[in-house]
Amino acid sequence: MTSLPIYATTGQKIWHYTFRVIVGLILFFLIAPIIIIIPLSFNAESFFTFTPEMLALDPAGYSLRHYRDFFTNPDWIRPLQNSLIIAPFATVLSVSLGTLAAIGLSQSHVPYRRAIMAILISPMIVPLIISATGMFFFYSQMGLWMEDTLGFSRSFTGYVKVILAHAALGIPFVIITVTATLVGFDHSLTRAAANMGATPTQTFFKVQMPLILPGVVSGGLFAFITSFDEVVVVLFVGAAAQKTLPWQMFTGLREQISPTILAAATVLVAISIVLLATVEMLRRRSERLRGLSPN
Amino acid sequence: MAEQMMAADGRTLKSSLNRALRRQKLRALLLITPLLLFILITFVVPIGQMLFRSVENQIVGDTIPRTVEALADWDAATDPVPDEDVFRAFAADMMVAVEERVHTRLGSRLNYETAGISSQFRRSGRDVEDMGEDLTAQFTALDPAWADPATWVALMADPDWIADSATAQTEPAFVVADAARDALPRTADIYADFARVTQVANNDSPTEEQPWNVVYIALYQDLIANPAPQIAGAPDGLLGAAGAAAAGFVAPDIRAAFVDSDAGWGSTVTWQTIQTYSPAYTSSYFLNSIDLKQTPDGIEMAPENQQIYVKLFIRTLIMSLTIMVSCILLGYPVAWMLANLPSRQANLMLILVLLPFWTSLLVRTSAWKVLLQQQGVINDLLVWVGLVADESRLTMINNSTGTIIAMTHILLPFMILPLYSVMKTIPPSYLRAAKSLGATNWTAFWRVYFPQSVPGIGAGSILVFILSIGYYITPEIVGGTSGIFISNRIAYHISSSLNWGLAAALGTILLAVVLALYWAYDRIVGIDNVKLGG
Amino acid sequence: MKLTKAMMATTALTLAGTTAFAGGHMANDMTIVSWGGAYQASQDSAYLQPYLAANPDVRASWDESSPEAVAKLRAMNEAGNLTWDLVDVVAADGIRLCDEGLAMEIDHDALLAAAPDGTSATEDFGDLIVSDCFIPQIAYSTTNAYRTDVTAWNGAKPSEICALFDLETFPGTRTLQRSPLDNLEWALICDGVPFADVYDTLETTEGQDRAFAKLDTIKDSTIWWTSAAESIQSLADGEAVMGSSYNGRFFSAIVEQNQPLEMLWDAQVYDLDGWIIPTGLPEDRLARVLDFVFFATDTQRLADQSKFISYGPARASSAPLVSTHATLGIEMAPHMPTDPANSSNAFVQNFMWWADYRDDLDARFQAWLAQ
Repeated sequence: MTSLPIYATTGQKIWHYTFRVIVGLILFFLIAPIIIIIPLSFNAESFFTFTPEMLALDPAGYSLRHYRDFFTNPDWIRPLQNSLIIAPFATVLSVSLGTLAAIGLSQSHVPYRRAIMAILISPMIVPLIISATGMFFFYSQMGLWMEDTLGFSRSFTGYVKVILAHAALGIPFVIITVTATLVGFDHSLTRAAANMGATPTQTFFKVQMPLILPGVVSGGLFAFITSFDEVVVVLFVGAAAQKTLPWQMFTGLREQISPTILAAATVLVAISIVLLATVEMLRRRSERLRGLSPN
Repeated sequence: MAEQMMAADGRTLKSSLNRALRRQKLRALLLITPLLLFILITFVVPIGQMLFRSVENQIVGDTIPRTVEALADWDAATDPVPDEDVFRAFAADMMVAVEERVHTRLGSRLNYETAGISSQFRRSGRDVEDMGEDLTAQFTALDPAWADPATWVALMADPDWIADSATAQTEPAFVVADAARDALPRTADIYADFARVTQVANNDSPTEEQPWNVVYIALYQDLIANPAPQIAGAPDGLLGAAGAAAAGFVAPDIRAAFVDSDAGWGSTVTWQTIQTYSPAYTSSYFLNSIDLKQTPDGIEMAPENQQIYVKLFIRTLIMSLTIMVSCILLGYPVAWMLANLPSRQANLMLILVLLPFWTSLLVRTSAWKVLLQQQGVINDLLVWVGLVADESRLTMINNSTGTIIAMTHILLPFMILPLYSVMKTIPPSYLRAAKSLGATNWTAFWRVYFPQSVPGIGAGSILVFILSIGYYITPEIVGGTSGIFISNRIAYHISSSLNWGLAAALGTILLAVVLALYWAYDRIVGIDNVKLGG
Repeated sequence: MKLTKAMMATTALTLAGTTAFAGGHMANDMTIVSWGGAYQASQDSAYLQPYLAANPDVRASWDESSPEAVAKLRAMNEAGNLTWDLVDVVAADGIRLCDEGLAMEIDHDALLAAAPDGTSATEDFGDLIVSDCFIPQIAYSTTNAYRTDVTAWNGAKPSEICALFDLETFPGTRTLQRSPLDNLEWALICDGVPFADVYDTLETTEGQDRAFAKLDTIKDSTIWWTSAAESIQSLADGEAVMGSSYNGRFFSAIVEQNQPLEMLWDAQVYDLDGWIIPTGLPEDRLARVLDFVFFATDTQRLADQSKFISYGPARASSAPLVSTHATLGIEMAPHMPTDPANSSNAFVQNFMWWADYRDDLDARFQAWLAQ
């Protein structure tokens, strides 16, 4: 697949390129909305509409006002900070607990495996709005207890509540993706490691973890996104002080459609491209240094 | 008999193996327990309580206990409207409920079953205070002492309570005397409520408040039943005189008073509704969620023009399946490419796959609107190119197509990533080996590669299917009339109509369906997977 | 006490005086729940900031949770953890919360300021007190607007509500709320039912059939919106040519954003927005809220709000005080739903009736949509 062998037949060549075009189209489908969002965020008007001036590439049809609004308005800065506090903590929590449990579940003799699995993925199955209401009851009691008995501040308690709630929502993703990777995992490897005198912890970090890492990473990513893009539960469990970015966007879309939301989205996309590209560059650099580069 | 096999430590191999197995089980459970506890405590228990509301119905029996009891013997076939006794019991219940401000809550509960009851409760809640005032006037005309709160306390209060409240700083909770309960059972019963409500809800004292009219009605009923009640220590002659005069009083017509307040109380349906829904637990929410209705004559279909839930359940399942299949078809090639490209290119491609995640779901959905609508980008392009005439622009949104496109887009990464992480673990040498053994491209893929990627398809499908079943914000925005899911109705009942019982029932059914499908999946696909993994 | 109160409230100087009102100790923290956006901003400028200026010790915060208020208040009430002090809701939600015992019943005359001329609060608000728990703030309306640049209409301009159902003269897509409210009323009105008989007709199955049959005629050319901003977006895009939204949204699209739209005030349906106080507040917090509400709902304050947003103040006595827009400087009166020129044929929604029939009709409406 990587590159066409020199002896490929015409049919294989055609298929090779057709396949690339298909994948290209699917990728285009994935990013089409983002391609639309970026120009619209420079709209001089307050609607999600390509105005005639914009289509004519008239500079008067474009403006930076929505970006100005995003960067100067505390209504946007504060939620961005909140999201960036809540999502990573929730992710760490769901990934660590979830990976351990997935490894436990993949052992060959686990009693009530199906029932346990059903319980663990239930946060994903119950309709969000019902989870949100049900969780409200638990977390408001827990919040009272933390404030009155443990003496934590209201704001700290508020963050803990949202983080825990989001962690619960993220766990099924970790469980499912990690379990799927573990299905193909060859357990004789851990036995071999144990045979050679590795402690269970060593076996886990040196043998098992590297192999299931893709699953853990994608599960963690899903968990992060679940928290970062979650609006229903935070509306119930959180208070105004924990307002997250999606919450702000939600009120924004409901109250008055404004391309400030699009500006916010564009900024996030830009940040994520820079972040991901940096990570990729660092990785390549370290690979080069270690002489591991495949090319 | 052969000697038992021994392990190195001198135990039998069997017990040694068993011990190892036990230890393995224990370790597995240890790994699972923290998460299991976390989910059980923070999620399963609270959500279980929430879902339990789908059968709870204590509100009727708790709010109008006397009425429920009096109605037990009522038979609509012989008697279209219950008799005066039921209405008197209802007046007493309503009086207490109004003072505690819970009558409207019951009204909205019963309104789920029969439209219009809510305002009956609201309206009569305002009038019930004055019902029976003529009777009260007759008592006070007979002896002004009946208007004096002290008279009532002397008749009703437990002597110990009187002694306690004389010395205590704050008035202790009122206690009815046993003697009063024996001699005037109804009166004592409602007076106890009166005293409690006066003390608790109104922060007042029964020694300073004249009882409600319904207390006088109860007294009248007690005196008719027993004209000469004996209560030791009661004011001289008071009860005797009232007992003798009661038979001559103009009897209160509470039924007329209620019907006068709202004609609905004269209709059989109202009382049948109350009677049907008096038990503490009900199946009515579950019946309602599958378009059935509990009526006095048994279970019937809901009116045809209100049947919606079964249709929505089926639609939700079909659309979710469609979305899942689209995700497999679009996700598989991308994941394959990702897994087979050199890691540099694969990582770049992965960035593209992940980019949509960074824009909120709401923004992506709105963007699809801009793209797909009739005056949208795609139609504009098609018209500009000349593929479509300006008058016949394509309808791609505000219907099920819109929902499928937008949801497939949103959920596609949830298919690609698990597929990719599984495909990455499949050694490419297998495929090469198959080909070198003479398999065609297709056979090599279908017989060798595909089976190994099934766990990825399974994980991705579960994620996509379950997530799409529960989504409601996207269908709400782009779904139009034919793209709405059952979750939209659940959200409506939670946040607008406050019919949490029905929302819980719908949610429970949805949960059961998903669990059943999950179980089936586990049976059909999952078991093989487990074998694959050894 | 009440009379002096009323007189004092007419002058801005007495702000501090109202503090004496509750007598007891007042909490200094207050969480007010509203809708966010321009509407909440107008409340902040007209009510809260002046109040905070007069009561520097008070710390108030906004929570933009009004859309979830009904469900969340119920959950808070059951959990016994009430974190809100004052909640802004629409009339229908106010009634629902009152029925559920989640909002506190209040004595309007005792707790709210009288008008400057001494008219009692109950009389000043009049019919707008639709529930014992509801403290009206503004009257808005759900009304229609149309695009002014539709060539297919050959210069015709909709002048009355039934243009909505007239696909021959005014072809094109409509956009209406995905809810039985307002739509069923408009359908019956355009089917020849007089305003006064609308609810009696709608109570019968035949009447409902009539309304749905009328809606059937435009069902295929309608986009159903759930948040009012969607409807404005569709109209601004040209995706729809005519449709309903809240009058304040139209005002902002037409006057502030210069969109080619025009109002169709005929048969606008009045709706209300106001405060409710949750049941079960501790005494000190309740005292603070009552103090704030007394201030924030007096004649001048309600009139002030209309400087920022085109919704009509709920008090009759505020109407003459409505002035100009705070930034645009235009006269606000002609943009108010209550202005005589706009309200000549206004329809008053029967909130109590809807409280009873909403669930049934909603089920039927959704089933109808799904067909």
